[in-house]
Amino acid sequence: MEALEIARWQFGITTVYHFFFVPITIGLSFLVAGLELAWVRTRNEKWLRLTKFFGKVFLINFAMGIVTGIVQEFQFGMNWSDYSRFVGDIFGAPLAIEGLLAFFLESTFLGLWIFGWDKLSPAIHNACMWIAAFGTALSAYFILAANSFMQNPVGYTYNAERGRAELESFADVLTNKVVLITLPHTLFGAFMVAGGLVAAISMWWLIRRKPVDADAFRSSLRLGAVTLIVAGLGTVVTGDIQGKVMTEVQPMKMAAAEALYETQQPAPFSILTVGPLDGSEPLFQLEVPHLLSYLATGTWDGEVQGINNLQAEYEETFGPGNYKPYIPVTYWSFRAMITCGMLAMVIGAWMLWSTRKGRVPRGDRRWPVWLAVAATLLPLFANSFGWIFTEMGRQPWLVFGLMRTEAGVSPNVGAGTVLTSLIVFTLLYGVLAVIEVKLLLKAIKAGLPDVDPDNETGKQPDDRPMAFAY
Amino acid sequence: MELTTVWFCVVAFLFIGYFVLEGFDFGVGMLLPFLAKNDRERRTMINTIGPLWDGNEVWLIVAGASIFAAFPEWYATLFSGFYLPLLLILVALIVRGVAFEYRHQRDDAAWKKRWDAAIIVGSFVPALLWGVAFGNIVRGVEIDADKNYVGTFFDLLNPYALLAGLVTLTLFLTHGANFLALKTRGIIHERARDASLRVGLVAAVLAVAFLLWTCLDQDQGWVWVLSGLAALTFVGGLIAAWARRDGWAFVGTMAAIGFAVTALFVGLFPDVMPSTLDAAYSLTTENAASTDKTLGIMSWVALIFVPIVIGYQAWSYWVFRKRISVESIPEAVHA
Repeated sequence: MEALEIARWQFGITTVYHFFFVPITIGLSFLVAGLELAWVRTRNEKWLRLTKFFGKVFLINFAMGIVTGIVQEFQFGMNWSDYSRFVGDIFGAPLAIEGLLAFFLESTFLGLWIFGWDKLSPAIHNACMWIAAFGTALSAYFILAANSFMQNPVGYTYNAERGRAELESFADVLTNKVVLITLPHTLFGAFMVAGGLVAAISMWWLIRRKPVDADAFRSSLRLGAVTLIVAGLGTVVTGDIQGKVMTEVQPMKMAAAEALYETQQPAPFSILTVGPLDGSEPLFQLEVPHLLSYLATGTWDGEVQGINNLQAEYEETFGPGNYKPYIPVTYWSFRAMITCGMLAMVIGAWMLWSTRKGRVPRGDRRWPVWLAVAATLLPLFANSFGWIFTEMGRQPWLVFGLMRTEAGVSPNVGAGTVLTSLIVFTLLYGVLAVIEVKLLLKAIKAGLPDVDPDNETGKQPDDRPMAFAY
Repeated sequence: MELTTVWFCVVAFLFIGYFVLEGFDFGVGMLLPFLAKNDRERRTMINTIGPLWDGNEVWLIVAGASIFAAFPEWYATLFSGFYLPLLLILVALIVRGVAFEYRHQRDDAAWKKRWDAAIIVGSFVPALLWGVAFGNIVRGVEIDADKNYVGTFFDLLNPYALLAGLVTLTLFLTHGANFLALKTRGIIHERARDASLRVGLVAAVLAVAFLLWTCLDQDQGWVWVLSGLAALTFVGGLIAAWARRDGWAFVGTMAAIGFAVTALFVGLFPDVMPSTLDAAYSLTTENAASTDKTLGIMSWVALIFVPIVIGYQAWSYWVFRKRISVESIPEAVHA
């Protein structure tokens, strides 16, 4: 394999891995802040116990989010130095601003939250978590603004002398129509993950012969399930708008999502295809007439351009070459994203139904446990598939229409070097994943902690042990 | 002043912040096996930096991203050129960061021992390699006409850079010991103060040798002045440690690190990465920089937000200002 391919695998593996922790961090920070707010407002101890319980789950996950995030920042320079030279004038600024505005907020205020139980008043303590949560959302905005430039470059001019893209309007970069719709879609996706996780953990505690803390877990289950469903509806609505924006700025990606080779009007939506997806006649195909026209254009009879037509068009604009993404990946990841998200919402609805009017589900069956596991994993995988689709659908471009992926790789870094780091990261990440899952299960099985509300009131005398210590 | 010069100063400032702050985090991590004799003592040490280390590490992330945004060519050449040392630093920072959060999650001696090792190694490696990296940046490396590093990994392990690595290693050890002396009471306090004096003498010898080498190489008046100030403040810190003035001792190493890093950046300017192949290939604040437009926008952002960040980070240091001791550590590990 060449350095290019290995560098691409490395980016894919480290990014998908990093993005397991990102949505949990974003969504759960808000939910934990909400649980603590309920404690501050009502002084009902169950909210404090839930805050500490889910706070621990949050922190186990957060540590992994930070450390895998540093790799992402370094990777652009290590493996993609020509890309960094080409876009640095535009791409670097949102990254630097993300660090300055968001990462400092997150890390500092989370430190205060973790260790500040006995040092800050309850209201200030809760405010720290809200600020950290706000920081996570702010960070999502800036990194998505950078990514959106790669999908739909705006606000730049090309400087031929220096061979790079240069900033023309920062406002245009920050209000790129792609980031404006990708941000809510990503945030809703993150809330689905966190909602599913909270609901699933609560469900696991409820469905046992002798439920423990049933009242508290029923509350958190309903909070999680409602979050999952509302955020799910949000992803559907924003995903629909995003599809139309994508059709406009990256028509090839939409065609690749559907494996639509010939331009059609009206175009059907393909539910599944049995066949090689290379433009030949499929063995079996299930379609909904007119639906793709609506998804792509907003009208039931709109024209949707096909892969072959776009290929011809791009050859005319950019010269000879292959402008098709790898269709099986785009086609199936798009379907996998939608399926995982939809199934998760159905499970969320079942969770609400099974706990309606004060009910608790019967504790002598195994299948609800598996549904709970699915409610955790499905939204997470929906996020992964969504990103795999977005990034693979951009190929062969690194920056759409401006720079091809093979032009961005570091010219002075050999395949062996990249392979070394790929192996190191994969092994390290694999080991850490096993440890992280074990710790999460241990924290979940430990159940709600006992709390001493007197210890949480701030301003303790000096000689008392710390309320929290590593 | 040119905007490129402003951003050269901002990058220098961010690295000074990073080394001053994470420097003592590394120091505490490296001293773990030497100052603590049992788990409770180790926990005391770790908890002095528990609420702070993550915020300190963000200084690195912002410094890196600022190089990317303000000097993309520098970022590209540096990160692709110093590939393997940066990979080692990344692995070290990963295992170290995870270790702080995971060590206390299980009450099991073998488990804790493994994470302690991760903290110790994860602190030693970057403390050494950041010095090696900066030594190479200042000394210059083989950069070709296309601005790419064409040397090997072993070229980076030259005597000057390795000496720089030993200097950062021992400086951070002393800095960490001074921090521990300032933040603890009882047995850890006493041991930290002793360690500061012992390691401090070694650090002083190494640092003077390194700074002298740098001064002779660069031969600029300001590098001499700043190096002199670094040496003076460091010795002042040692005297303060000996006189049991913990606060002043910590200020001493803080200032010494600040002056030393400033001396390196002043010696570097107006280059950002000199080439040893041909001076014409050197990356400078001009030929490596972003456009004035980008630098201008970022200047406004930095002008507004850097003071805010410093404000709330200072507040978090104030909240956790109290000294802790072995008695402050609760028996039960709970989260």
